[in-house]
Amino acid sequence: MLLDVRNVVKRFPGSDQPVTVLDGVSMSVAAGETVALTGESGSGKSTLLHIIGGLEPCDEGAVIFEGTDLTGLDDAGRASVRRSNISVVFQQFNLIPSLTIEQNLTFQAQLAGVQASADDLAQSLGLQGQLRKYPEELSGGQQQRVAIGRALAAAPKLVLADEPTGNLDETTGSAVFELLVAQARDRATGLLIATHSERLAGLADRRLHLSHGRLTG
Amino acid sequence: MTWAVIRALLSHWRRRPFQLVTLLLGLSLATGLWSGVQAINAEARKSYGEAADILGGGGLTELVRQDGAPILPQTFVAIRRGGWLVSPVVDGWIEADRGRVRVLGVDPFSMPAGTPAAMAIAPQDLTTMLGRNGVLMADPVTATRLTGLGERLQTGEGIAPGLLLADIEAAAELVGQVGYDRLLLDPKQPLRQTPLNEIAPELQRRAPETAEDLGRLTDSFHLNLTAFGLLSFAVGLFIVNGSVGLAFEQRRPVFRTLRALGVTARRLVWLLTLELLAIALVAGVIGIFMGYLIAAALLPDVAATLRGLYGASVDGALTLSPLWWLSGIAIACLGTALAAASGLIRVARMPLLAPAKPRAWAMATGSAMRWQLALAGHSLVVALIGFAFGELIGGFILLGGFLIAAALALPSVLAVLIVAVARLAKGPVATWFWADTRQQLPGLSLALMALLLALSANIGVGTMVASFRTTFTGWLDQRLVSDLYVTLENTADTPALMAFLETRSEAVLPIWHVDAEVLGGPAEIYGVVDHPIYSENWPLLAANPDVWEQIAVGEGALINEQLSRREGLAPGDPLLLPGGWETTVTGVYSDYGNPIGQVVIPLPVLIDRYPQADKTDFGVLVDGDTEPLKRALSEDFGLPVENLVDQAALKAFSLSIFERTFAVTGALNILTLAVAGIAILTSLLTLASMRLPQLAPVWALGITRKTLGRIELIRAVVLAGFTFVLAVPVGLGLAWVLLAIINVEAFGWRLPMHLFPRDWLWLAVLSLAAAGLASLWPARQLAKRPPADLMRVFTHER
Amino acid sequence: MNARALSLILVCLALPLWAQGFAGLGQTAKDYALPDPDFRFSFPGDHGPHPDFRIEWWYVTANLTAADGTPYGVQWTLFRNALNPGGAPGDQVWMGHAAVSTPEGHLYSERLARGGTEQSGVTANPFSAHIDEWMMTGPDLSEIAVTAQGHEFRYDLRMSATGPFVPQGKAGHSVKSEAGQASHYYSQPFYEVTGTLELSSGKVEVTGQAWLDREWSSQPLTDTQTGWDWVSLHFEGGDKLMGYRLRDNDGSAYTVGTWIAADGTPTPLENGELMMRPVEETRVAGRDVPTVWDISLPARDMSIRVAAVYPESWMGTRIPYWEGPVTVEGSHPGQGYLEMSGY
Repeated sequence: MLLDVRNVVKRFPGSDQPVTVLDGVSMSVAAGETVALTGESGSGKSTLLHIIGGLEPCDEGAVIFEGTDLTGLDDAGRASVRRSNISVVFQQFNLIPSLTIEQNLTFQAQLAGVQASADDLAQSLGLQGQLRKYPEELSGGQQQRVAIGRALAAAPKLVLADEPTGNLDETTGSAVFELLVAQARDRATGLLIATHSERLAGLADRRLHLSHGRLTG
Repeated sequence: MTWAVIRALLSHWRRRPFQLVTLLLGLSLATGLWSGVQAINAEARKSYGEAADILGGGGLTELVRQDGAPILPQTFVAIRRGGWLVSPVVDGWIEADRGRVRVLGVDPFSMPAGTPAAMAIAPQDLTTMLGRNGVLMADPVTATRLTGLGERLQTGEGIAPGLLLADIEAAAELVGQVGYDRLLLDPKQPLRQTPLNEIAPELQRRAPETAEDLGRLTDSFHLNLTAFGLLSFAVGLFIVNGSVGLAFEQRRPVFRTLRALGVTARRLVWLLTLELLAIALVAGVIGIFMGYLIAAALLPDVAATLRGLYGASVDGALTLSPLWWLSGIAIACLGTALAAASGLIRVARMPLLAPAKPRAWAMATGSAMRWQLALAGHSLVVALIGFAFGELIGGFILLGGFLIAAALALPSVLAVLIVAVARLAKGPVATWFWADTRQQLPGLSLALMALLLALSANIGVGTMVASFRTTFTGWLDQRLVSDLYVTLENTADTPALMAFLETRSEAVLPIWHVDAEVLGGPAEIYGVVDHPIYSENWPLLAANPDVWEQIAVGEGALINEQLSRREGLAPGDPLLLPGGWETTVTGVYSDYGNPIGQVVIPLPVLIDRYPQADKTDFGVLVDGDTEPLKRALSEDFGLPVENLVDQAALKAFSLSIFERTFAVTGALNILTLAVAGIAILTSLLTLASMRLPQLAPVWALGITRKTLGRIELIRAVVLAGFTFVLAVPVGLGLAWVLLAIINVEAFGWRLPMHLFPRDWLWLAVLSLAAAGLASLWPARQLAKRPPADLMRVFTHER
Repeated sequence: MNARALSLILVCLALPLWAQGFAGLGQTAKDYALPDPDFRFSFPGDHGPHPDFRIEWWYVTANLTAADGTPYGVQWTLFRNALNPGGAPGDQVWMGHAAVSTPEGHLYSERLARGGTEQSGVTANPFSAHIDEWMMTGPDLSEIAVTAQGHEFRYDLRMSATGPFVPQGKAGHSVKSEAGQASHYYSQPFYEVTGTLELSSGKVEVTGQAWLDREWSSQPLTDTQTGWDWVSLHFEGGDKLMGYRLRDNDGSAYTVGTWIAADGTPTPLENGELMMRPVEETRVAGRDVPTVWDISLPARDMSIRVAAVYPESWMGTRIPYWEGPVTVEGSHPGQGYLEMSGY
């Protein structure tokens, strides 16, 4: 199993008592598998993804990635995993504003020490002619394409996508979503994708539903 | 309602007390340095004014002898009997503790009514003052320096510092002179007189000595101080501008809400203006106290400098006028207004629903940079106009224009530099580092401009001072040829001294001189004997090849650089000297530290032409230790010890004056640099909170917060390093202007420029350390930032 | 005794400026020469200075008239004051006062000089007194040229005496108080004057009468005397009167004088014979000064009203006083000079 999440619990400080956001979540993603995570806004999808990506610690449970418990790693260890094995695509602001599209695309690959051709990536993402531009000059859909390309260019084993189309209109969103799923499949990369769209979730190999901090599906 | 709005606005400062502290600190530092320098200048000017007033009778025309000799009492009487209301003045110096004291002898009977000297003498003191044994008067501080005068010395208020006021007879006796130095001409003369040229053709009218004269000599010194004060003020304003801008930007949501709740833009601007005014007042008061402390700390050195360099007496104690306090507050308010104007205008024009864009605030557009570059070009043009204009003021315009141009051009130059370096970058992090540095530049440029100014001022002034020191010490070594300097009490002892020294020394060189007016300016005329030590040691800037041979046969005259520049004289030119005779300039020598002109002629000529010359000073050449000869002169020959000064002591004294002169400059240098450091700190702190959107993606991609913090620190150091590299040529340009233009205009001498790379290295370390230190805190804050803060970038609507 | 001296001395007492210089006269005259009742004048020697005494003066006042009838007054004074006893030239301080009273105002000037130089001094034979360019020179004191100038005036006068020098008091010994303070005092009241005034309005040719006082002393006042009023009058018949009233701080006064007949014969007046009563005051220089007087001398059936020609004739010198020409009406019409001090 590529990723094994066991009994993860996450609480946030509340006004009088802590609010439990994740209440013993267990799940797994196999290598090359595309898994959709659905749920209402505030159901804990983002938090689960952040914990898996090592961006946020959890209070209980374990996140085992290729046999290593990520929750046992320090800041530097988790950063190292993010650099080479797990890529993250967020809803927005994925790109480094001071770098060009070309530099953004190859940034993570270079961090991971993987050879990547920006031209090829642009070709496959439909971003030809945009390489010299800066993120702020691109539309939201294009920016997300760059983020997807960047995430995949580093040849990670797993891509975590947190509502990657949440800020896009429906047509653009669908196109980006489909691109992400297709690219992940092409490269046999594991993909855990959070979305509130049932329709898009249907494109995945498997669906999980998160409700009130628990997996129900 | 207004009160509620004020509370909403002020709540910002409660949440961000540090921002308030930087704002107050920047403003009060700026005010403090400015008003400190102003206080020093004002104190000095006041002292000059007092001295000149009391000396010149507040602007009276004077009669003096053309040859500088004293005016005999008979001549004074003849002029009075010719129907002229004139009053004699004896003006000389006596030795006192901690330097000389000026002796001013006046005639209370004929002193024109209403003149400061006449007013300084209280009626009850008048009769006790009369006569050669009359009472002498000095201000309480000066009185403590005059220990040998006993009961005769009385203290009085309203007498200029460093001055001993006496009856003419007593003054003449004290300075050992027969006759008067000048006659003051009463502005209200009787109806009819015998023409002056019939009574005393040797006298000529001279415009009064005023504060201007002393002021002119010391102008450059004060301009230096003022320039520093202004520089510090400008640097301080960078801080204020940064803090105010940030506070406004961060409160945009509050402004927006208040506007939505029905507060008019006008009212909002008004309240913000009030808020700023309150801050400016508080900072102004703090600044004035700081200024007072700075001035009080520096004034003794300034006073010592002015006394040593120009013979200008400045009170070592600070007395400040209410005007000074008010101007300090005013400058704080003005500075705040200047720094906050753009922010207020933006608030006034803010559309009701504009979103907060802190990042946009920090990022100046390319057009802004181009605009700034154009302004730099204009400043350069102004600088060149100043250069073409010449004179002291032109020199300062050149200096100011040059510095402003350099500061304004800095962001563009840095941008080009960074882009160039970025090309060489390998690896994603390095690429990102340079790209990000380039993007951060606008936000940091104000602080970096401040740093550039501080650094180049440091390099420039440091180079000038060090060049001066090198030249000056070398020149002293050559110029102080005699091993021992002896002053006789009485010229009648000359043969005895010669005989006494015949076997005990290698040579005795008379150093006789007369004070006179040469070509309309005050000057000293010295006589030298024909001795190889002069030709071997005396450094000449320009000379006829046979200059010393000519001196040996009693011909020609050497002049100092000041006189040469002032009158445009070069070797070969004729030189008209007092007494109406002419000789030829045969050489020009440098004469650092001397504000007036000097002429050196063969000694026999001096004695022949100016029999009244002071013939009491001698230089003695000794083989080996001077101590035994000193002892012999004091014990066997009976000269007071204070009349014997050896070369080492003289050199030490000269150098100590020199060091004190620049101690003030050094202190101001350090303060300016500190201000620049604070500017960097505040800018970085300002930027830190806005940089999350730029940093969060990098962090998400697997760069730890600690690494990011380290990168931030490196960035500050790198930028400071680049700025330093650019500051070196700017500083050297500044040094060149100071040495080759300002000094020549102000003092009349030009100094060769020496480079001291080791000093720069030290300064580089200092500035990098300052930048590193300034960025340490923001970097640590970043390293400890909770991940949730970073996560929020991706998930929250901003 | 001459009122001018008194005025000077009194003000000296009030002013610390002169406390050790011109003044101190009311206190002690130790080590200075003292007036001697048996002393008799010897001319021309006594026209010169007497440096053993503390104070001395040469004092001329002139009533002058222009061709158009405009009256003018002129004053020329030289004071000598010793700083120390012994008579050394360097211990002397000289002070000159010159004034012209005109319809446009009172113009005056003051000069000071230290002794022991040629800046100021007096010689008896030939007579010459000067301070700076101010001169009073003659072949002798009966034929003198008097000149002085200030920023706005100048005068050049020739004075010729038509009568003898007149000793005041008892053969020139003039007593100033009950306590016996005294001076040596003589006058020359018989000058006829011609000359030129130079004023801002131009030159004015004048003629008239002048009066010279010579007096020297060392301690002429008591320390309770506060001021005085002095007149020198030329009557139309050729008689002259010198009279003064010394005011004491208890309100009493010591009033003496000399009646001088047209031939120069003096008759000293005892204390109380002459009566002087202020009639009208003028506000000048911030003080109220009596500028109109009723004076009577019953022994000579004299009852006159003396009135200032120019009531603003104030001398704003270091020692300020009032000094100016007067007209005389009543039983003995004429003209003269009035001096008042201590107001």
